[in-house]
Amino acid sequence: MTSAAASTPSRARFNPRRAIRAALPAVSLALILIAIAYLNPRAMSYLGFSLMLNLAIPIALATIAQMFVIAVNDLDLSIGTFVGFVGCVTATYLNDEPALGVLILLGSIGIYALLGALIYVRDLPSIVVTLGMSFVWAGLAILVLPRPGGRAPEWLSTIMGLKPPFVPFPIVAAVVIAVVVHIGLMRTSYGAILRGAGGNPVAIRRAGWSLLKTKVVAFSLAGLFGVLSGLALIGNTTSADANIGNGYTLLSIAGVILGGGEFVGGRVSPIGAVIGALTLALAANSLLQFMHIPPDWQVAANGAILIIVLAARALLTRRESL
Amino acid sequence: MVGQATNIVRLDGVEKHFGAVRALDGVDLRVDAGECVGLVGHNGAGKSTLMHVLAGTLAPGQGRITIAGSEQPGYSVSLAHELGIRCVFQELSLCPNLTVAENARVMHPGLTGIGWRRRAGDLIVGKLDEIFPGHGIGAGDVISDLSIGRRQMVEVARAFTETDKPVKLVILDEPTSSLDAHSAGQLLAFVRRAVANGQGIILISHLLGEILGNSDRVVVMRDGKVVVADRADAFDRDKLVAAMGAEHHERATPAAAAGAARGEKPVRIRARPERQSDGAELVAHQGEVIGLAGLAGHGQTRLLLQIFEAAYRRKAGFEVQAPVAFVAGDRQSDGVFPLWSIAENVGIRSIAAMRKGLLISPEREAELADAWRQKMKIRTPDMNNPILSLSGGNQQKALFARALASDAVIILMDDPMRGVDIGTKLEVYDLIREEALKGRTFLWYTTEMDELQNCDHVYVFRNGRIVADLRSGEVTEEKVIQSSFKEVA
Repeated sequence: MTSAAASTPSRARFNPRRAIRAALPAVSLALILIAIAYLNPRAMSYLGFSLMLNLAIPIALATIAQMFVIAVNDLDLSIGTFVGFVGCVTATYLNDEPALGVLILLGSIGIYALLGALIYVRDLPSIVVTLGMSFVWAGLAILVLPRPGGRAPEWLSTIMGLKPPFVPFPIVAAVVIAVVVHIGLMRTSYGAILRGAGGNPVAIRRAGWSLLKTKVVAFSLAGLFGVLSGLALIGNTTSADANIGNGYTLLSIAGVILGGGEFVGGRVSPIGAVIGALTLALAANSLLQFMHIPPDWQVAANGAILIIVLAARALLTRRESL
Repeated sequence: MVGQATNIVRLDGVEKHFGAVRALDGVDLRVDAGECVGLVGHNGAGKSTLMHVLAGTLAPGQGRITIAGSEQPGYSVSLAHELGIRCVFQELSLCPNLTVAENARVMHPGLTGIGWRRRAGDLIVGKLDEIFPGHGIGAGDVISDLSIGRRQMVEVARAFTETDKPVKLVILDEPTSSLDAHSAGQLLAFVRRAVANGQGIILISHLLGEILGNSDRVVVMRDGKVVVADRADAFDRDKLVAAMGAEHHERATPAAAAGAARGEKPVRIRARPERQSDGAELVAHQGEVIGLAGLAGHGQTRLLLQIFEAAYRRKAGFEVQAPVAFVAGDRQSDGVFPLWSIAENVGIRSIAAMRKGLLISPEREAELADAWRQKMKIRTPDMNNPILSLSGGNQQKALFARALASDAVIILMDDPMRGVDIGTKLEVYDLIREEALKGRTFLWYTTEMDELQNCDHVYVFRNGRIVADLRSGEVTEEKVIQSSFKEVA
């Protein structure tokens, strides 16, 4: 027998398991912040946050790009070198010949769209295709900017250097990114189709939707946010280097997973992804510095933190599924 | 009788072949407005292929599809939606990561713009209220959080939701399989209401009581053809069962010759399915060929896998006395190693016997492969050719060789003869008989009625339980179908 209750709830009921899963990214961010506040109370200030989170915005944007690809059950191993390529174009063409620069960046988004189509039409593993593309972007970046240098366009540095009252710019930017993508992917009607294509592609096709279109849309959005990430990065650093984005591939994947996403099944969360990116950015730089870990060991310590955080998440989600 | 104008759907001579398998072999079918058509048939009768053709997910090879009086040469999924034909597939087609409302939206391209979530939610919850009062499902619930029964309710309700296009025909494939008796009753009552409102329903079920009690007409399929179609009140249970079976089953049973009394030889396997509530269990003795029958997916494969596990690890309710080998039914996904040679594919279960020190001896591998090429009559010039160079039937022979070449005494077979030509089948049947005489035990899940005639003993499964236990002399198609289909809903 089903429940005999006459009233049927039309809104979602409170689900404790889902609530735990949703709160997990925020909890890990809070833990990192508490640790930083304990180690260095002065970091908890307007200037402190501006400095600590200054590189978090490009990471958050790259994480969102990765999230769109993961939403349709693929993985983008080229996002890091793509961000590097965009950075090189931004510091050269976009500064010197803005029209050409814009054209190149739009064209690179077009290439992302084509990759999505190729992966769907030829049924290729996205890992292989994007791994290949990562070398293509890296090579192009070196062609554009053989030696570190270049200059960020004036307007870009201005935007990234904004000092809004009370709340530091990186936090404002993070909130804006999270809210905009959340509305776009989680609240719009086509966003539901996009996520459905990750959850049960057969069902989406049987309902008459084009899976080709969902792949192309997801990859185009990944390209768009990859471009935004490169722009934000150069706006911060003011000059570029062909290898500038190399670490972003793995950071973006870790950010999505840390933010409550899953590799398959269309389960992603834009808000979680942004929080995950902020957590990683803080853990990677500020926390280790305040812990007085020598620079030689920071990269390794960074990896260890990542493993601990993801293992904790895996543990919690497993317990929840029992 | 009924004029052509009220036909919602009309199929004329629809055919669909998959390789040599004639899944649909010239089907004529019509469904009128305000009519529930019950569709029954045993395994492989072509019911699900027919459904896919009607839903537009499979294009027929031959034949005409006429909808509401106009012929549809380029019939497709989107056209089916356009024309108001909906299908509830047996394997659920909801997106588990989306909410109930979002899944409703997937069905309706028109649900967009501001407030679409509320509209989609109202639509689906309204329909759920109508079909399953007191269902307890919210529009914002995520599908993966719902029980399997509630998912099926959402799936069924979604098929009946309407936005811009009216729903003309809904095909329900085993719609009550995951519902409890109360919800199933609600659904069947709704089906009658929908029919009274002029909609057409095709109801597929293995519960003959459901079919007889709710259909206006009953269509019986067998071997890709419609064999009988008549008013439901012209049938009773026995007539339906008789119509589903083949015309002749008085074949000399080869197994009957070996009709030694059971129990003289030592017991090799005892297994009790998890969902078995009475004392029935599967027993296999040395030298026996045991058949596992019943409708596909009713726990046979699961039991074989559990027996396989129990051979290596102690398991409650299972007793397995000898080494086992498994012959997979789904060759491509569970059987062959596609990049390996035929010889390597045959030898993988016998690595220990072919070892020389730490390495595999190439001579012994070749020896084994050649011995089995001759024994199984695998048609290839060289056993070192890649396995995919063989035809499907010969690949299956290689998989049999893998099991028979091994030290396994018990051979588990998971419907291994699917899509294999008759010549190969007969050769393999003889070999199985020969090996059984030498003392091997075979557990053989098969969806083909003829193959059961090769078994010494047959267990019929329904819903994960053994429901009949037939000795070789008693195995008739009628009896198997009788036990596979439940009496009442």
